[in-house]
Amino acid sequence: MQHLLSAADLSHDEAVLILDTAAQLAEVTDRSVKKLPTLRGRTVVNLFFEDSTRTRISFEVAAKRLSADVINFAAKGSSVSKGESLKDTALTLEAMGADAVIIRHGASGAPHRLAASSWTGCSVINAGDGTHEHPTQALLDAYTLRRHLAGGSGDLSGLSVAIVGDILHSRVARSNVLLLKTLGASVTVVAPPTLLPYGIDSWPCSVSYDIESVLPRVDAVMMLRVQAERMQAAFFPSALEYSRLYGLDIDRFNLLPSHAIVLHPGPMNRGMEISADVADENRSVMVEQVANGVSVRMAVLYLLLGGMAEVEQ
Amino acid sequence: MDSARVVLDEADIARAIRRIAHEIVEKAKGPEALLLLGIPTRGVFLAQRIADAITAIEGVQVPCGALDITLYRDDLRLRTVRALESTSIPTSGVDGLTIVLVDDVLFSGRTIRAALDALNDLGRPAAVRLAVLVDRGHRELPIRPDYVGKNLPTSLVENVRVLLAEVDGADSVEINGGGS
Repeated sequence: MQHLLSAADLSHDEAVLILDTAAQLAEVTDRSVKKLPTLRGRTVVNLFFEDSTRTRISFEVAAKRLSADVINFAAKGSSVSKGESLKDTALTLEAMGADAVIIRHGASGAPHRLAASSWTGCSVINAGDGTHEHPTQALLDAYTLRRHLAGGSGDLSGLSVAIVGDILHSRVARSNVLLLKTLGASVTVVAPPTLLPYGIDSWPCSVSYDIESVLPRVDAVMMLRVQAERMQAAFFPSALEYSRLYGLDIDRFNLLPSHAIVLHPGPMNRGMEISADVADENRSVMVEQVANGVSVRMAVLYLLLGGMAEVEQ
Repeated sequence: MDSARVVLDEADIARAIRRIAHEIVEKAKGPEALLLLGIPTRGVFLAQRIADAITAIEGVQVPCGALDITLYRDDLRLRTVRALESTSIPTSGVDGLTIVLVDDVLFSGRTIRAALDALNDLGRPAAVRLAVLVDRGHRELPIRPDYVGKNLPTSLVENVRVLLAEVDGADSVEINGGGS
């Protein structure tokens, strides 16, 4: 592995290796010295063209726990706002000696462009590109599912997961469907027809429009945020109607099997896709997802940067 | 060619472990405040065997754990990336304890250097000792073992393998290669 661009690029064994590595690295979080010397002298650039708090901070904490140097580059207030292209930004970072670039970009495929180009030789990690993919989020969700439902080891075979909400605009949903499929889980996406992408029938998952028929037979439900910033085109008549039909309130929560957990990639809109009382249930694992995100990102950074650069065959 | 020569058999290994257990307890003046930490993979099983031997001698259970040193290695960038092994340290930590690091073969000493760095991040032990089943020489760092199962003078072209029942099905120590 040189880059992490898409959850689809991960084989079953690679995905399990990342989760196993994350499980070992999670122990570092419990120590008084939360630091490892492994990536000393390596430079990691957080190249964020879109706003993000938790993903950027999570990557920053992960890199610092491994002793890498972290440079934060936000497009706002940088040369990008003066009209610099992705290529020139990449060449600049390359000249400064970056070993890895963690990129979030509004355009789907920007990380792929960066990785496939000859602009830079560093590892590229996709931290969310447009409505395409967000592979480390899928990995941390898989890690969380594995901890709660699969005994913390192996893969997720036999588990059933529902993903509810704005599938159309969600990079988290796409990455999760692909990764959970690789790990052996079966996925059902639940959304109003207007919020399902074209070609959803080619995704490795089943589709439902009725959340209440799906909830009683899943081991976990993942609620997605209704992305108000991408909702200009009236995908549903009103926010209240969406909330009534697809929101997870306490009555629907009680339809879940007693072992099932609730995930949310954050940030949550309480009262919209998830009600406040469900968000505060102890089977809702959002806070743990954030903690697991650091471990999983440490694992990704270690596996991409920890060894000798792989020679291309 | 592939002429493996057995230098220790099952009974030799058992005797060495028993002697090391005696020496550890003698030097520590009792089995209290001891913690055995094995270095994966085979060091972990050796540490467990030494702990069992101490229990047989003293009738006291000695805590036993594992310390993975992969993240502290100095040769990470010379190889493709390695998978991590598990680390298990008692929840009470290492502060104030006498740690006995246990490994199968002592060679360059670089693994032990990494283990000392790892311990440094875990706390402040009262003392750190080193027990190895085989010392084959060729140290590259100023590190020496406190307890040795067998000193085995080797040439650099030879390869020492420790086989343990827990992973390899049977106990033995072999030397490979190096011709005659």
